[in-house]
Amino acid sequence: MARRHDGTADGRLRTLGEGGRAYGLIAWMWVRSTLAYRTSFALMTLGNFASSALDFVALLLMFSRVHALGGFALPEVAFLYGTCSLSLGLADLAVGNAERLGARIRDGTLDTLLLRPAPVYAQIAADRFALRRLGRTSQGLLVLLWSTGRIEVDWTPGRILMVPLMVVCGAVIFGAVFTAGAAFQFWAQDAAELQNSLTYGGNALLQYPPTVFARDLIRGVTFIVPLAFVNWLPALWLLGRPYPLGLPPWTAFLGPAVAALMVAGAALAWRHGVRAYRSTGS
Amino acid sequence: MLYMAVAAGSFRRYATYRAATAAGIVTNTVFGFIIAYAYLALWDQRPHLGGYGPAQALTFVWAGQALLAVAMIATGGLSELQERIRSGDVAVDLYRPADLQLWWLAADLGRAGIQLFGRGVAPMAVGALAFPLALPGDPLTWGWFLLSALLGVVVSFALRYLVALSTFWLLDSSGLAMISGLSCMFFSGMVLPLRVFPDGLSDLAQLLPWAALLQVPADVLIGARTGGALLRGLAFQAAWAVALLALGRLLQSAATRKVVVHGG
Repeated sequence: MARRHDGTADGRLRTLGEGGRAYGLIAWMWVRSTLAYRTSFALMTLGNFASSALDFVALLLMFSRVHALGGFALPEVAFLYGTCSLSLGLADLAVGNAERLGARIRDGTLDTLLLRPAPVYAQIAADRFALRRLGRTSQGLLVLLWSTGRIEVDWTPGRILMVPLMVVCGAVIFGAVFTAGAAFQFWAQDAAELQNSLTYGGNALLQYPPTVFARDLIRGVTFIVPLAFVNWLPALWLLGRPYPLGLPPWTAFLGPAVAALMVAGAALAWRHGVRAYRSTGS
Repeated sequence: MLYMAVAAGSFRRYATYRAATAAGIVTNTVFGFIIAYAYLALWDQRPHLGGYGPAQALTFVWAGQALLAVAMIATGGLSELQERIRSGDVAVDLYRPADLQLWWLAADLGRAGIQLFGRGVAPMAVGALAFPLALPGDPLTWGWFLLSALLGVVVSFALRYLVALSTFWLLDSSGLAMISGLSCMFFSGMVLPLRVFPDGLSDLAQLLPWAALLQVPADVLIGARTGGALLRGLAFQAAWAVALLALGRLLQSAATRKVVVHGG
């Protein structure tokens, strides 16, 4: 792959700007194309909303039978559900379609993207930009708003600020997982489903309180794939609950650092993948 | 025999997607662990919820993960057939000296067969190693479970075939496919066992065809259906399979009369 920047800080910044512009243009093109079929778009958005809501209905059905799950009441579980759903929804909307990379490698159309004068990652992330994913995002947001009014939290300005901060950091962490999953497809084109275990699987995990799970599982999602920082640790801080694994209280504020680390890792994996890519040949 | 060859070809075709199968096994296993822990917390509070013990509830989880891909529980259509109807390629299929419905049924059974080996057995084995499951000891119950799972696949196919045929009228059936897939997730027991639903909803859901995909086979596996209840469960599945396949035939004959192939 030809290096588009000269390695200086200025050059890197310019590449980033170009990438953002390309992403915006491509995403906007897909939005316009989507809105040409309004009924279809409305139906698909509704479906996206409903498929996400199904998980919440399952939680409601569970709580129609019990009063607490792992010692957490419905509003608290709903808060966990709302924050991770919103984070995942935002990440899925922004870069989720990078998972189509394997299909593009198989049919050879990735080569077309490589020839275009715009960063490949921006093109892949914006590929078939799916505005319908606002369905999941709005569903998560609704549950989050419902639950914030019902959990017992002393809402100081710092605690209020924590909610948007954890949602954004969570989205960045999930976005990095999507990107790393896409990069993995440079080596295994058919393994697009693998990342689902961390993204949608992560979402399924984080909607329940950590007290439900075995310690080894919690260790895995804290130290190996740090999904616990998406919502568990900051939410436990807000709710004034004990932390799993005896983690110190300041770990609740590590979200931004963990997100930055994940982005760096995903970027490295992506760059490595692009460089390793050899076209299918003839 | 022709349809056997179609099924065998489909079996071999899906056997070549090894990376996809491996990725699917990992994903099913991860979800299995997450849901298993959630159910453990649930059954810890209510040890006899839905008439299941904790071990039975755990087995239900892993049966669900094993059958998710086999019975295509989250999928609402036959995307390949839908695309052929939309593009008009289906005209070629209709010219073949083979029945459209049986052709696709055979292909789907071949697919289900390989996925039972690939994506069914592995997550179940991992689940059995990690949790105390209530798996049957005698081979006869396993046999009944396989028969019930097979009937579930046929019901699943019959439903997805109806959705696919709607493409003849709708041209874009992806919205219907999505609604059908969601109904299937919810009413099959995948989201939560139907016996755990609130009373009225539980009774209704257990009469709907989607119960044939997971709820009945899982109940057979965990020993919640024996004797007369077992036979009633299988009859329930078979009745829905026959009714839905017959409806598919009706729709198919209406569609083939309607089809006008564009161009020369």
